[in-house]
This record gives sequence, C-alpha cells and structure tokens, in this order.
Amino acid sequence: MRVPLSWLRSYCDPGLSTGELAELITGAGLEVARIDRVGVGDPAGFVVGRVLDAGKHPDADRLSVCSVDDGSAEPRTIVCGAPNVAAGQTVAVARPGAVMPDGTKLGEAELRGVRSSGMILAEDELGIGEDHAGIMVLPGELAPGTPLAEHLPIVDEVLELEVNPNRPDALGVYGVARDVHALTGAPLAEDPTAGDIEPEGGAIEDVSVEIVDPEICLRFTARVFEGVQMGESPPWLKQRLMAAGQRPISNVVDITNYVMLATAQPLHAFDLDKVRGGRIVVRRAKPGETMVTLDDAERAFDPETALVCDAEGPSGIAGIMGGQVSEVSEGTTRVLMEAATWVGSNILRTSKRLPLRTEASGRFEKQLHPEQAIGAQRLAARLMVELCGARMAGGTIDEYPRPSAARHVTLRPVRMAGLLGEEIPGDETAGILDRLGFEVESEVSADSLLMGRHHDVALEEWTYEVPAWRDSDVQREADLIEEVARVHGLDRLPTTLPARREAVGGLTGHAGLRRRLEDALRDRGLSEALSYSFIAPTALDRLRLGDSDPALAIANPLSTDQSVMRPLLLPGLLDAARHNAAHDRADLALFESAHVYRPSAVPPPMSGAGPQTSPRGTRPSDEHHHLGALMVGTIEGGWRSLPVRTDFFAVRAVLESVLAAAGVEWRAEPALRPYLHPGRTAAILASDREIGWLGELHPLVARDWELGERPAAAFELDVDVLAVLAEEAEAGFRDLTSFPAVLQDIAVVVPDGVPASRVQEVVFQGGGELLRAAGVFDLFHGEQLGEGHKSLALRLEFRAPDRTLTDDEVAGHRSAIEAALVQIGGKLRA
Amino acid sequence: MADVPARLEGIRAEAEAAIANAGTAAELEELRVLYTGRRAELTQTLRSIGELAPDQRGPVGKAANVVKQALEAKLAKRSEALEGYELERGLAEDTVDVTLPGDPPRPAGHLHLVTQTRREMEDIFVGLGFKVVEGPEVEFDYYNFTALNHPPDHPARMLQDTFYLSEEVLLRTHTSPMQVRSMEAQEPPIYIVVPGRVYRRDSDATHTPMFHQLEGLAIDEDITLADLRGVLLSFARAMFGPEREVRLRSGYFPFTEPSVEVDVSCFACEARGYLADGSRCGLCKGTAWIEILGAGMVDPNVLGFVTDSGYDPERVQGFAFGMGIDRIAMLKHGVPDLRLMFENDIRFLEQFGS
Ligand SMILES: [Zn+2]
Repeated sequence: MRVPLSWLRSYCDPGLSTGELAELITGAGLEVARIDRVGVGDPAGFVVGRVLDAGKHPDADRLSVCSVDDGSAEPRTIVCGAPNVAAGQTVAVARPGAVMPDGTKLGEAELRGVRSSGMILAEDELGIGEDHAGIMVLPGELAPGTPLAEHLPIVDEVLELEVNPNRPDALGVYGVARDVHALTGAPLAEDPTAGDIEPEGGAIEDVSVEIVDPEICLRFTARVFEGVQMGESPPWLKQRLMAAGQRPISNVVDITNYVMLATAQPLHAFDLDKVRGGRIVVRRAKPGETMVTLDDAERAFDPETALVCDAEGPSGIAGIMGGQVSEVSEGTTRVLMEAATWVGSNILRTSKRLPLRTEASGRFEKQLHPEQAIGAQRLAARLMVELCGARMAGGTIDEYPRPSAARHVTLRPVRMAGLLGEEIPGDETAGILDRLGFEVESEVSADSLLMGRHHDVALEEWTYEVPAWRDSDVQREADLIEEVARVHGLDRLPTTLPARREAVGGLTGHAGLRRRLEDALRDRGLSEALSYSFIAPTALDRLRLGDSDPALAIANPLSTDQSVMRPLLLPGLLDAARHNAAHDRADLALFESAHVYRPSAVPPPMSGAGPQTSPRGTRPSDEHHHLGALMVGTIEGGWRSLPVRTDFFAVRAVLESVLAAAGVEWRAEPALRPYLHPGRTAAILASDREIGWLGELHPLVARDWELGERPAAAFELDVDVLAVLAEEAEAGFRDLTSFPAVLQDIAVVVPDGVPASRVQEVVFQGGGELLRAAGVFDLFHGEQLGEGHKSLALRLEFRAPDRTLTDDEVAGHRSAIEAALVQIGGKLRA
Repeated sequence: MADVPARLEGIRAEAEAAIANAGTAAELEELRVLYTGRRAELTQTLRSIGELAPDQRGPVGKAANVVKQALEAKLAKRSEALEGYELERGLAEDTVDVTLPGDPPRPAGHLHLVTQTRREMEDIFVGLGFKVVEGPEVEFDYYNFTALNHPPDHPARMLQDTFYLSEEVLLRTHTSPMQVRSMEAQEPPIYIVVPGRVYRRDSDATHTPMFHQLEGLAIDEDITLADLRGVLLSFARAMFGPEREVRLRSGYFPFTEPSVEVDVSCFACEARGYLADGSRCGLCKGTAWIEILGAGMVDPNVLGFVTDSGYDPERVQGFAFGMGIDRIAMLKHGVPDLRLMFENDIRFLEQFGS
C-alpha cells in the first residue's frame, strides 16, 4: 500500500518528520518498507504564471511563442509546443534552474531561433498526472508568481507500507491515519465517509438487485447517478492517485479508485445503460459461462466463482474485476455504483484459481465488514456530484440478507499484565482503545468494585464494542491486548527470563549421534554439502532405478528439475561432484546429512478425513535421516607416497570410522544396487537390519554425471535406524583389564567365492563365547593353495571375563574352528 | 723372577694406555686378545704360577688377577663408550633433508556453514534450557496450517507459497508444525527448539525454494512477552556479541497474538548506521537494526487444538519464535547470495571454519 504523505497529513498530522513517522508506525505493525519521493526534484522554481500573449513561432508551425507573467518584473518569453496554449490562461511555469521530476535541471534553450526562458508545464511534467497532450490550465484566480506548491502537491513523499493480512483497514489512507492518531494523539480529521448527500429511500426506478447466493455476498449496495459528465479528474485527485500508484483514467473510474484508497472499500461503476434489463443478479457461475474482463481477457469460471450478472449474463467477476460489457466510457451518462461486501475466502480462491489479483481482490480477500460498503457509497456519492456534475437518481438499494451484529470483546487488565509482563495503566489502555475506535460497552472497574467493598483488581474487566473496520482482526481478548500493546509500544516492555521450572536443555540422542558422525567424516577430510531435497525425475532414471519404486512427487513444482522428493542422497552428491569437476575440482570428498523421502508404506490413517482433524502424530511419508558420502578421484600423494584411489576400500575405510563413532557392531555383505558396480557393492547390516550400502559407482552412472574415468565410491547410511542401534549398544562396563587376552593368528584357505564375512561368521561359530574378535589382516593368492582358492589371515582374540585362559583351552577352540570351516570348504593352513 | 710384579704393572700401564686410545670396536677386540687372550703375557703368567716359588705364588697370583680384572673393566667401559660413539657417528651420517615437505596430511574437511551456524544456535538455546527436537519435512496441512490457526482459504496462507504433494500433504513452509506435534506428545511445561529444512515456492537472490529455520516454543503457567524479549536478547548477545540490543515491533502471524518482529542492533556498524569511514552501513542499510526473526505469544486458538494434552489457554501460556538459520549465517559471514549455500561449490564449502 502506497500512502502519499500529503494525503495522510490531511487526515492526521502529528508534526513528525517523515523518518520519525515511518519508524513510529513501523513499530506499531504498519511496516514502512520504503520511503518514496514523487513529483518535482525541488519545489523552488515552480510558480503560477499567466499567459499574456501567445503567437505563432515564425519558423515552426507547431510551436507558440508566449509571453508569460510569472510574477517577475518583466514577462518572460517561453516557447511552448502544446496545442492548447492560449492568451489569458493561468498555467504552471518552471523557471530556468527548476529541478524536474527526473532530476534534470531546466536550462534556457534556443528553439528554432527563439530563446525560451522556462517551460509551461503539462501534468506529467509535474508527476501529478499522465497527460502530456496539452499544458495544464489552472483556476484563473491564482496570482502569477505564487509558488506552485501552495496550490498543488508537486512534491510529495510516499510511505510504501507492507500491510499484514489482518489489517485490511490499513489498505486505506484513513485507516493508516487512525493508527497515527492512536500513536501520537494528534487530532484525526472527520471520517471522509461521514457526510452524505440526501438519498431518497431504498429503491431506484427500473433498477433491481438480487442476491441469489448469500453464501458469497454479505451485502450489496447500489446507487444510480444521472447526468454524469465524463471527463478528467481535477489535479489534486490525480496527484493522490498517481502518488498512490494508480493511473488516472476518467473522473468516474478515478472516484472508485480514490474511495478505495481512502477507505479500503473497493467500488465498481457500471454504465447503467449497458446493464441489461437494469437488473443486477449476484450468483455463482454456471457451467461454461465466460466473460471478457476489463483487461481484455476472456475468462472462464468454475462453479465457485461469484459473479455480478445482469438480466442476460455475467457483467463482472465479484470483487475482482468488472466486465467490458458494462464498462464506463466517454459516452456514459448514467452510472450504477456498486459497493458490496464479498466473502473473503471465496474471493481468495477465485483470484488464486484464475489467477487474477487486483487491488480490489487484495482487499476483499481479507474480509471487509458490511458497514464499510455503505460508508464508501456516501463518499463516492459526494464526489460524483462534485466532480462529475451528476445527480443521484432515487435512493440506495441495500441488499443485506443477514445484518451482522456488533462484536463485543472483554478485556481483563490482570490478564493483560500477565501476558505482557508489564502493567499498562488503566487510563492509558482506555485512551489507546478509544483512539483506535473501540467503544466501552460496559465496565467493571476497580472503582466500582471498591464501592461494593470488593477491592479486587483481579475481577476488573472492560467490555468493548469492536469498530466495523477492525472486525476481522479483533475478536478475542488476546487481540485487544495486542492492540493496547502495539500502541503502548512493544519495545517498552521489560526484559525478563522465564522461571523455567522443569526445563532441562539438551540435544536428543539422535542429534548428538549425528554430530559425532558428521564430525567423524569431517575429520576424515570430507566436506559437507547441502543439496535441495527435490530432484528431477530423470535423475532417478539416470541412477537406473526404474519405475518400480516411485518417488514422492510435488504437485506444483517450480520446475520439473525439482519435482520429486529424493529417495536417497546420492544424486545431490553426484550433482555437486559434477559442478566441482566443471570447476577443476574433480578430486573431492563430500558428504551430506539430510532427510530422504519415500511414499508411506501404510497410507496415513487420517487420509481423507479432511484437514480439520489431527493426524495424532502420524507422518504423511516415510521420511528418514540419511548420511551419505561420495569420494571421487584420488587422495593426493606426496614426494614419497603414492596417491590413493578412492575405490571401494578407500571409502570403506571412511565408513568404518563413521560406524566406529556410532559404536555399533556391523558387517558388510555382497549386494546389488542398480547405480553401483555389481561386483563392488555391499549392503551394510547391523543386528540383522540393513542400515545402508557401500560401493563403487556403476560406470554408466559415473559417465552420466560426467565424472570421467576416475574411481568413485559412495556410501549411505540410515541414521534413524543407526540411532536406535547405537542407543541399544550403549556400553556398560566390561572388565577388559584384569585378565589378559590370548591372541592367535590363523590362516584359512577357502574357495575364492566365499566372502571374508562368511569366513568370520564360521570362525565365530567354532570359536565359541570366548572368541571376542577375528579380524582379517591379510589376503593371499598362490599356486600352493590350489586353483580358485585364497588364504585369509585372521587374528583371533580369546578372552574370558573371570580367568586367564590356558593354551589347552584355546587349542580346543582352534580345533572346533577347523571343524566348522569344513562347511564352507575351508581348512586351516599350517 | 723377583721382577714379576713390576712386569705386571708395566703390562697394566701399557694396556690401559692402548685401551684408552682404541678408536674402534675392532681395535679394542685386538687389544682384548693381546692383553687378556690365551696367549697374552698376563694369561701366561697366571697359568705358570705353579712354577714359582711357593712363597711367591700368593702375591704374584693376586697381583695378576688384580691387573686382569682391571683390564677387563677398562675394556668393557671402553667398549661401551665406543658403541655410543659409533651410534652417534652412524646417526650423524643418516641425515634427511628436513626442509622437504612432510607426508601429505589428510586435512580435515569442513562442516557446511549452515550446519556450523545451526549447531551454534542449538547450543545457545540448550544453555537457555531448551530441548532440541526435530520433525518431518513432508507434513500434513493440518500441522503446517490448520492447527496453527490458518483455516482453509485464510489470507495468511497467501503469505507463504506452498509446495503441495496432495490436498492434505505439503512440504512444511516453516518449522512451526512441530509446535503442535510436540504439544500433542508432551504436557506442559514445554521448552523446545526445532531446527530443520523448510520449503517455499520462491527463487531469487534472497529466496531459495529450500532453506533452514529454527523454531522455539516455551509454554508454562506464567510465561510473558517480556520473557520472550529476555530469551531473544540472551540469544542475540550470544550469537552476535555482548553489546547487542533487541527491538520488538508489532507484527502478524496467525499463530501468535500479540505478534512481534524482532530486530537486533547492527553488529557491523555498532548500531550507528554508518561505518568508520562515514559511509552508510550496508548490512543494516543505515537503519542500525537488522530484522532477524518473528515471534509472539502463542495464540489461544493454537492451544485450543491441544487442550486435550493439557494446554488450556486459560491456564497456560507461552511464546514461540522462528528464525532463518541461513539468514543468520549470511549476516554473520557476509554471504551475499543465498543460492551460494546450495551450490556445493567446494571453494565455498572450504571457506568457513571447520
Ligand atoms: Zn549497520
């Protein structure tokens, strides 16, 4: 909302500088986003002038050479190109040196041999209109030499307000003025909607209004004006519109816009002769109905759309935009003025759906009060008579099916002090609410209680009647408290801390674990990436995931590239790798710690129950926190060490340190993932639950992400599952120091196809409870092992909690291991 | 053989001198053989004691043994000394070019600036007695809007352009849905902060369709707006420096009443609005204040949705706040464009702390 300061000050002028005023209302909730300057650069140099003589330029047909009295001792000569310039006119003159709206300084100029000393101005040259066809002619009674600024606001400032949706009243200049009044106590001019011309009754001859559907229209008022002289609006009105950001169009249209800007209530003017049958019917759209709106677009409606129709069909979209069929134009002589109250939610839906947002819809959608409609009619009628020479025909048609009662809200000062943490004196509270237009309905004050010998402040309460223009916002005690607090000054509240009974701060176990894991990766040289949670559906194809496992799709994405929720972190890391490879950083190690998303396996129980019912803590999708890492290329070597390729085992080493940080027991098993190298992929399992995967990228995936021939391997872990396991694994004390462990190395020969994890499993079977660890420390292939065999060296750690183990005892387990190995075709190597 | 003791002394003197002069282990070995070996004079003397007159046997034997022990001790000592010298000499020869670089280190990576900032914020609120909790990003309309006092078709829904997955399911537009989720799960009092990703259908230099927020909620019997001010002042000072002040302006959020916008005094210009060189401060745009968050007292209508869980709006009250983690990170570190945060350019990622 653009609020011209000259206009605002005409309603309430607290005598503050623009900056002070802006700060004050910003603090009270009307945020001034910008202060704009409109009009000429400097009012000096702009004066009223009188054209004494206007003659043809000797060498240019379209130019006139004028002699102009601008109050100076001698008349000045001005060459003027406007066709309408004539002797005797009172005009606006810019003297040489004047600073124009665009900041340029006017100089003396030679025009086809005639020296021109100044300029006779058109409206656009003063920033108060758009008219450049001719010069602006001022009322004759103004004296030449008078500063122009005394007559016209040729310099103005505009407060650009960001008005919150709860304050539709502040979408009118008078509403803003009321807040200024409440904040400063400076006098407030009479409400511009207060006065009225005398309407004659509640009917208009040959005009009827019918609200077919009261669910969409709370009130519809109509007045008719005859003898309308279409034309331009006077400069003062044009200036206000221009400064507020509205283009002047014609006096009738300008009046509707002006009243809206002053009061927040939009109006619509129909050319009554184009309202077929003289009938207005308010109803929802019928199937297939269309209409051409004022912006020359053909609009189709759905059955929710509220329309203002005439006897034959749609004539305007209610509350949003009128139709061309009944548009006022130069030839209009009879105007039907509509001031209606629409149901905000309906207007909001329609305007979103069309989509078509207008100044009117932006106000109606915030729910105006029916009282505001009739007020706007009063102001508009005065202006129609005053500016268009019109007379009102008949009375006011007022369809108001369910008149709304005034709202009453009770304020308990004790409650207010308890919520704010400060007691605001009763007379200050009363003054604030009074200036905002709230009227005391009933009062149980401390004084009246005292007379009843019950001096109890806690029982004090005041009941207020809420003014119509604040009805949508102030409905409860908390709302009244906010009104008092924001005018009193939120920044004047004391600074305290909560008592914090039973408040114990801390991270959840999950967050603590995540920090450990992230730190472990950071310490191993990986940097953290943050990628968007949504990806292109094609990214899933490029990961060769196929359609078997559909991802969650966004119904209204910004682009297809960001239209599905990622079911794994890998694509974001791959995108990051590609981005950095394109910037000469092909070797890199990244991780991400974030959510991934899949459709719920079980549809949420509330599905279909409507948005009004609590889903009782359920979640609409299967969402997990993952930790993913990707390493590409080589880890640099030095002058005496070789670079390390980031292959399966390099990345596995990183995974091992992460899982060590989590403190859970785990194992890897050969597995398949479409996006990974089929021979170099492992599923990561802990307590027989799959917690993630590890592997080298499938070459086709690497190629697709333009990673070249570099080695690239990745892993991804489900931190949610890991967190549960980590909590279960939380270690109590075990005695590892009183009795020594017995260490023994064994070499196991097995066929090549048997994975190390299987060997370990079997070794543990044979080793019994006393075998605490069996780590692989060597792998050997050789002729002596026989074709297709390998030898794995394992270090066994035997330990008993209550005694030192004897060699005999350990030897027994060793033979048991040897026996167990038979089942996988393995044997101990001597 | 009356001169035997004198001869022994002569051997001893000669041998001791030779041992002291031995320069290598080999020389020393030669001397050992020469003076204490089988054919050494001393050894021969000891061996032939029986040939002496009986009265001489005792004194000569004794004297020879004394000399032998003395020489053996000298030899051992010299040997030890020589080993030490040789080790040192060997070490002195075994030099490397200490000016060459060491083995390439594995430098630590970097946490993302957003993560660093988020942890810093979490830790501040933990210190103020808040528990850190998290919730889903794919969220029900109910928790994101309805239960936060945004009925369907409420104009406030226009404030946030929302990504929908279905009619009832959306990407949360703020971390506020966890207010109601948490209150459903836990009776008052409750003191929580909720960090996480949020989504809005918006994209330019200051808006990305995904960003991060941290929500706060405190409900108890007697929490006031003044308490909110105190908590936020503590936060602002911990985050931006002990000199900071906060300013509360009236604002609007459907789920708080009264609602406030909170500014922190500018830390780039020490709240003067201009810099040392007299130019206008770019961070606060000359206003001395920077908007950092929205907050307010929890609206009674919101508590009305969780009255069953013990949140009777006539009995308990409290505040909520929400702030942008990315925004605070940008302010603190002078990052000019939010989009840099999600480009994952390693040159950006490696810039900040650890
Ligand atoms: Zn500053």
